[in-house]
Amino acid sequence: MGLLDQRFENGNVFVTSLDNLLNWARLSSLWQMQFGLACCAIEMMAASASNFDIMRFGIIPRATPRQVDVLFVAGTVTIKMASRIKRLYDQMAEPRYVLSMGSCANCGGPYWQHGYHVLKGVDRVIPVDVYVPGCPPRPEALLEGIIKLQEKVRRESLVKKSA
Amino acid sequence: MLTDFGKILIFFIIGALFVAAGMFTAWILRPRRPYPGKLAPYECGEEPIGDAWVRFNVRFYVVALIFLVFDVEVVFLFPWALVYRGLGLFGFIEMAVFLLILLVGFAYVWAKGDLDWDKPRPQVPHIERPTPTKPEVQKEAEQTPVASTSTTH
Repeated sequence: MGLLDQRFENGNVFVTSLDNLLNWARLSSLWQMQFGLACCAIEMMAASASNFDIMRFGIIPRATPRQVDVLFVAGTVTIKMASRIKRLYDQMAEPRYVLSMGSCANCGGPYWQHGYHVLKGVDRVIPVDVYVPGCPPRPEALLEGIIKLQEKVRRESLVKKSA
Repeated sequence: MLTDFGKILIFFIIGALFVAAGMFTAWILRPRRPYPGKLAPYECGEEPIGDAWVRFNVRFYVVALIFLVFDVEVVFLFPWALVYRGLGLFGFIEMAVFLLILLVGFAYVWAKGDLDWDKPRPQVPHIERPTPTKPEVQKEAEQTPVASTSTTH
């Protein structure tokens, strides 16, 4: 709970205007945490390159959780990596979002049945906002996931969430 | 009347105000939900171990000092090389004396053994025990029947 965050019982014109401004600013500069774990990372790199140009969404890859807004979990999350990914998610500053990219991060993917070493979905350790299906998803799919995430950020509010 | 340094002072004041305004705005707007996991130091996702204030080996200091000496030497050599034609024989002798002094220092450092990076020499305990010498081992190997020939691919 900050000075303004989650302090309002219901929104008035000032709160909603400030919401709009903040959400616009946040969704236009979703800095990305690099978390390439497998072949999905190649598609993530392709999305960063000139053909797909992820930076036009304001997404800048950063290498530290302190500076990022969204964590792209791109690839197979092994059980050994799960504790690291949880720790890195904890170290991100709020508001923070998670985009799970590819079948492995979504649900274990091809390792669902016999992968003794693979976490069956990254949502077992951290909350996921957007799931991008595919094995691996094409960069267009990643871009659509980003747009979905922007839609989610657009609905954020300073008003206290009613349980 | 504003001097040139006065302008720089105003520049610094505005810069400080700019940063302060940004941090103040962030303080108003940001969510604040600290917990130990979030406040933990970032070490690439690993569990933070120990202190960041570790002691470095003192040998790094000697190497850094030697590096500094020869770095300064190069700093002097470059402008000297640029104006070498104009200086003539005098410049050559001057620089030769300078290099010679540094070379004496280098030889001193080398002879004193500061450039040697001693490795740890673990003291392996010597155990008095009768061990078969090499020819005996070979004889035993010839006498024992080889079991692996029976396996087929």
